[in-house]
Amino acid sequence: MKRLITVLIISLAPICLFCQDANSLLKEVRTKLEKVNDYVAKGILKTNVAFIKAPLATVNIYYKKPDKMKIVNKNGISFIPKGSANINLNSFLMHTENYEVIDAGKEPVTGFRILKLLPTDENADIVLSTLYIDEAIHVIRKSKNTTRDNGTYELEMNYSQFADYGLPDKIIFTFNTKDYKLPKGVTFDYDDGSKKTTNDAMKNKKGKVEITYSSYSINKGVNDKIFNQE
Amino acid sequence: MKLLQIELFKIFRRSRTYIAFAVITLIIVLIQVMLKFGGKEYIGLMMSGLNESFEVPTDQILNGYLVCFVILNLLLIHVPILVALVAGDAIAGEANMGTLRLLVSKPVSRTKLLAVKFIASSVYTLLLLIWVAILALFLSIILFGTNSLAVPREFEFNIIETGDVLWRYAAAFVFAAIGLICVAALAFMLSVFAENSVSPIVITVSVIIIFTILTQMQVPFYDETIKPYLFTTHMLGWKGFFYVKGLEGETVKGSIENFSAIIKSAVILVTYTFGFLAVSIFYFRRKNILS
Repeated sequence: MKRLITVLIISLAPICLFCQDANSLLKEVRTKLEKVNDYVAKGILKTNVAFIKAPLATVNIYYKKPDKMKIVNKNGISFIPKGSANINLNSFLMHTENYEVIDAGKEPVTGFRILKLLPTDENADIVLSTLYIDEAIHVIRKSKNTTRDNGTYELEMNYSQFADYGLPDKIIFTFNTKDYKLPKGVTFDYDDGSKKTTNDAMKNKKGKVEITYSSYSINKGVNDKIFNQE
Repeated sequence: MKLLQIELFKIFRRSRTYIAFAVITLIIVLIQVMLKFGGKEYIGLMMSGLNESFEVPTDQILNGYLVCFVILNLLLIHVPILVALVAGDAIAGEANMGTLRLLVSKPVSRTKLLAVKFIASSVYTLLLLIWVAILALFLSIILFGTNSLAVPREFEFNIIETGDVLWRYAAAFVFAAIGLICVAALAFMLSVFAENSVSPIVITVSVIIIFTILTQMQVPFYDETIKPYLFTTHMLGWKGFFYVKGLEGETVKGSIENFSAIIKSAVILVTYTFGFLAVSIFYFRRKNILS
């Protein structure tokens, strides 16, 4: 009996320790992000989707607490994937009390701590979120999110000069794309005789959007009107 | 030169000539009004393959460059019909009026006479195209402003930045001129065979309609056998200037996806044009003109 209790204590102790660590780690990440009430960032947006050819775009990214987010390309056309409002994790992490946090240990290669967040609200948009946290600087390096309406998307973030605010210098947003096809009777395509990339070749492909931030203007105020513009 | 002036005078004296300009003006203005007031719905339809996954910036997409692209897409199928109205009348009209015999009795070779008449038809075609360019491109820019151009294709979407668009339109209009002159040559050739101007116009229009249907049908048998040889297939070559190369999804500025195919299409159209003219000259030089 004594042996059994000893085995149980030894096997459960690390899990309990991680439980505490997970919540405090998340709190530290959140504390860093809470320093940001709003920001206007400038950046270069690159779209990498199988059926879209688009030039690099200079964009402005607007954020305001708790969950307002807008990406604006004033000098051109950019297709912003639906769900990209979640590239800002602030709004998501502000309400961690609405999630069950499960510690999943460390990622073998990078050593990032893996936390899985399950919503307590059955109607929450994000149904599962996996966060990869850099414990050294208390920032989220990677996140995988499964949403109710916009499929699964992944975020990868690199940090340097704005790491103190938990704001990345580069974001790679990976998402599932749906099929794209327009009737030829609408497009009247020119057939140049070359072999065409068909719809089948593009099915179930992942799309990527990369934003490389060049500057942030943090806590200087952002007009609400910008979020209502089309 | 004097002969050409006379032929141009004949063309622009007729009220029929101006019907084409009026029709084009009406169609373009109607499209512009439609897009000005119902553009968002149209863009929504055009972007139906994208708006499930992406936020579509309708206001930015609807700009003068796109409006011009939409107009050309709709119009360049119909402009050949208007070109046929004049080119098909060039010789047959004279025959119908009974002035052809008088014309060939002048001290000018029949070949030279045909060449001058064809050049006059081509000048009319070019003026019609310039009018399309003024209304479709420049008026649209004034009404809708400029931005990047979004080009919808069957399986992909190309976005061309603002500074990379105008030269493509210039090239596309030059290509469209080659295509329309080819149609003028066809109508002109049929005009040589006919005694009244209705037949060559109707036959030209019928040929364009049938060929266009074959071009767009997507039946593998026709695609592999007939389609590559139809001049209507190659008349769409103007669009090739708006198909860009991509590198990891990024538009390569100033690039054309398949320039050699455009050149090939242009060569085929020019060959057709000279072929139609050669047949016209061969027949007309031996024709027994009784009217």
